[in-house]
Amino acid sequence: MYPYLRLGPFLLQMPLLALFIGVWIGLTFIEKESVHQGLNKEKINNLVSYGLIGGIVFARLGYAAQYVSVYISNPFSLLSLNTNTFLPSAGLVFGTLIAIGYGYRQKLPFRKTLDVLAPGLAFFMIMLGVAHLLSGNAYGSTTNVPWSIYLWSEYRQPTQIYEIFLALVIFTLVLTHMIPTIKPGSQFIQFFALSATARLFIEGFRGDSATLFDGYRTAQVISLFILIVCIYLFRNWEERSEHEPSFQ
Amino acid sequence: MSTPRFVMWMTWALVLGMIWTVVSRVQPESAQASPGSVAKEGFTAPDFKLGLLDGGTVTLSELKGKVVLVNFWTSWCPPCRKEMPAIESVYRSYKDLGLVVIGLNLTAQDSKQAAASFVQEIGVTFPIALDLDNSVGNLYRVTALPTSFFIDRKGVIRSVIVGGPMSEALVQSKVEELLREGE
Repeated sequence: MYPYLRLGPFLLQMPLLALFIGVWIGLTFIEKESVHQGLNKEKINNLVSYGLIGGIVFARLGYAAQYVSVYISNPFSLLSLNTNTFLPSAGLVFGTLIAIGYGYRQKLPFRKTLDVLAPGLAFFMIMLGVAHLLSGNAYGSTTNVPWSIYLWSEYRQPTQIYEIFLALVIFTLVLTHMIPTIKPGSQFIQFFALSATARLFIEGFRGDSATLFDGYRTAQVISLFILIVCIYLFRNWEERSEHEPSFQ
Repeated sequence: MSTPRFVMWMTWALVLGMIWTVVSRVQPESAQASPGSVAKEGFTAPDFKLGLLDGGTVTLSELKGKVVLVNFWTSWCPPCRKEMPAIESVYRSYKDLGLVVIGLNLTAQDSKQAAASFVQEIGVTFPIALDLDNSVGNLYRVTALPTSFFIDRKGVIRSVIVGGPMSEALVQSKVEELLREGE
């Protein structure tokens, strides 16, 4: 765990740096894949950039919306660099919608665009695991297995290491096209299904899971749902020989 | 691996995942259900008892039932100085609703006189605790200044803000979130 690096008067947040590297290198993989798949590199770059910027803006606005009176009296706080005043769910939803809107306007082929995003997203997932390792977040439950790590005053499952390892495996599978696909969109579905499977199993070892009723872990229930949707879409997209639709 | 085989593997993953979801449920007696005492979000705030700048003592565990902001600071740290008026302003607005602020001066790295003079200059009205031997700073793993811990009414740390200065909106939103939970 190494959450901060002091550089003179500045305090560098290492997990944030890991995420930044994830986005940066992830974008490089997306660019390469767009060339490989014959899509316009500039348009794909714009799609990702607009999605990211929109996501950040709406994550801040989403947070501010919960405390309207506070932000009305301090409107400049909307521009604060503090990362503790974001609502990630709002950022994810609106960032995705903005990216879809851009793809729709530019008439990008929907499934092929998803495929192009897969290697970049797979790389980002590795760096997300690294960010968790650096911050000590997403920590494991207490255990006495020989490979446990001492974290937060207990010996715990090294869930962040499981996360990095599985993300590396998924990244390799996606980048090298190790699982053959015929139809556009299948590579993205593979990435999504494999990531959901990884989360499904790692979550069971976590010590900080959000729970639903009767102790069921929220992330596992969501992962199961994603897996069902992915299996359905994968079969559907691979087996049906239909014309590939654009965002429209 | 061919497409049908991939679907078959995913179907197996789904079945095993369903079983694992049931097996790995969080049990009421598990460590997650009753977190230990560590200076980290989601854990119970480690207890401490310290002397105050203007006499008396403060014990964190005695403040259960209130929303507590513990702000680690020193008088020589520029962002600490910059955020103090914002904390004071929020404290004045919310103290009657159950907010307690402890300005925890790391006196081992500062001096009692410098702390007192700064508190007077800003007009701080919340209690200033003196950590003379850095024991609470070490207990809370304070590696950078300022560092603030937002603690809910149950004594659980809900947010940790490392570095600063915190804006008034940030302090106010974190405090409001915790105060609303008690309504």
